[in-house]
Amino acid sequence: MAAVADTTTVRRVRRRPSTGRIVAWAVMAAIVLITLLPFYWILRTALSSNTALAAHPGDLLPVDATTGGFERALGLQSTEEAIAQGGSGGGLKFWRYLINSVVVSTLITVCQIFFSAMAAYAFARLRWRGREKVFGLFLAGLMVPAIFTLLPNFVLIKQLGLVDSLLGVALPTMFMTPFAVFFLRQFFMNVPREVEEAALLDGAGKIRIFFRVMLPMASTPILTLGLLTYITAWNDYFWPLMVSYSDSSRVLTVALAIFRAQTPQTGYDWSGLMAATLIAALPMLVLFGFFARRIVGSISFTGIK
Amino acid sequence: MTIASSSPPSRLPLGGAAGAGTEQRTRRAATRENRGDGRLAAVFIAPALLGFAAFLLWPTLRGVYLSFTRFNLLTPPQWVGLDNYVRMVHDPIFWDSLLVTVEYVVINIGVQTMSALAIAVLLQRLTQSAVLRGIVLTPYLMSNVVAGIVWLWMLDTQLGIGNEIIAGLGFDRIPFLADETWAIPTIALINVWRHVGYTALLLFAGLMAIPNDVYEAAKVDGASEWRMFWRITMPLLRPVLAVVLIMTVIGSFQVFDTVAVTTAGGPANATNVLQYYIYGAAFGRFQFGYASAMSVALLVVLSAITVLQYRITRAGQSDLG
Repeated sequence: MAAVADTTTVRRVRRRPSTGRIVAWAVMAAIVLITLLPFYWILRTALSSNTALAAHPGDLLPVDATTGGFERALGLQSTEEAIAQGGSGGGLKFWRYLINSVVVSTLITVCQIFFSAMAAYAFARLRWRGREKVFGLFLAGLMVPAIFTLLPNFVLIKQLGLVDSLLGVALPTMFMTPFAVFFLRQFFMNVPREVEEAALLDGAGKIRIFFRVMLPMASTPILTLGLLTYITAWNDYFWPLMVSYSDSSRVLTVALAIFRAQTPQTGYDWSGLMAATLIAALPMLVLFGFFARRIVGSISFTGIK
Repeated sequence: MTIASSSPPSRLPLGGAAGAGTEQRTRRAATRENRGDGRLAAVFIAPALLGFAAFLLWPTLRGVYLSFTRFNLLTPPQWVGLDNYVRMVHDPIFWDSLLVTVEYVVINIGVQTMSALAIAVLLQRLTQSAVLRGIVLTPYLMSNVVAGIVWLWMLDTQLGIGNEIIAGLGFDRIPFLADETWAIPTIALINVWRHVGYTALLLFAGLMAIPNDVYEAAKVDGASEWRMFWRITMPLLRPVLAVVLIMTVIGSFQVFDTVAVTTAGGPANATNVLQYYIYGAAFGRFQFGYASAMSVALLVVLSAITVLQYRITRAGQSDLG
């Protein structure tokens, strides 16, 4: 009886949507529009020509469609050509920065997660004196805001002679973050004791257990954490800005800010700028295309204890 | 936090089949096996500990030390006692930048928390579509630099689509990022655009922890959505909301990237947020000691706010269950 009554209510609600629901859907639609419009506007502007943009600022489609913006961003145009189309003529090699960004983000993600997993395993599954104290120290590290360590870290990297190198950009977050250790420790703690004991009886050593049993079992949280780490590393700006001065270590975020600063103040090179923006953002959008479900799901359980 | 753990690989023989005797043997085996743990743990923890000591612990101590020195990177730090702090207290630009930062944080956190809450509730009560959750998150994938440049373009006074719409509706064009009053709210809203989806998903996860039968029961009693929001959602979400607030406020105080690419602190110091001022002192004027002192001040402010927030919002206590 109750079930029947339930379905009829549901059906009635479906048939006559209330004003509240209509308003709610309208709000949702507006949110989606505000969220996505900038992405379309990047594409639309990147494919337009600067002179035409000035004449038709509100057109919804690309005006006087051209790939000139991308050519300038990738440094494929001659200086005269670039200036004629509204660019600064100052070349930037976005391919180079793209590779730098990939190298730095990959280095940070792979090393940080591997070392953090090792530490997390030691904290969760090995017995040693002072374990709780050292872990407490790591946890306290969570409280130190990034800004506070940036200046001293710069001094340290400078003393190590690593300023303006890819290693210098990657090093501070390459070994660990308290969050990564904490996150993975939580997972290892939940692995049933029997799994380990069974492997021990099989004659496997602890090292073997870590690599052959624990790491494969943790592949889901590792991938999750890896994706978030990669996004964060890719988007970082302040630290790379501090340590990189030349093409050899410049990453996309920094290059993009420089490209924006170079563009003539009187009449920005908007189409070139948007093309460069798209180049800088595209890899993350592609990554999202592949792992959307996982990234969305992972955020739910990373933030909340 | 619960993470679904996969079942143990079946090819491994599981102990405990023969009853109590095996259990004892296993325990003895376990203590024997734990003997080498200390050495192995030292190896396993070494890289992380090295990183922690070199890039977190040591910089923290060194930052405090540098704040008591005059240091320009070229010559060794020179101890000056409280000079940097005295100077800071008498520096009107420091107080201005602190004020600007607070203004930014209030607008950013206020708008972001309310919008994120609205989005999260819509995602919970209206549709739990994974596609919509994905769409809402997309700006989070952009860097602050990209977000800043895109909105700089969309809000451009002459050519930006935003001002085209405003002009089309018959209003005056607004120089969003070039005007002293508009610049900070604009930057705050740009960062809301980038981060609101992430915050909404955190809150959404909190909402999903509220058992659905609570809502069903309230509906049977004839409660409206509005009433359910205030009587069920808000009280039960409070602990999660508190944690999210603490996290986002700390992040918000460290605003830098968006300012750097849009206004560079201008016009007339109107967007000279604290972190931007610190950066300028260090890398523009090479006053590393003074910059460190301001970082210490920021750290103190952040710690105080965190403690205060934790107390006020009773973040540690749950009303659920």
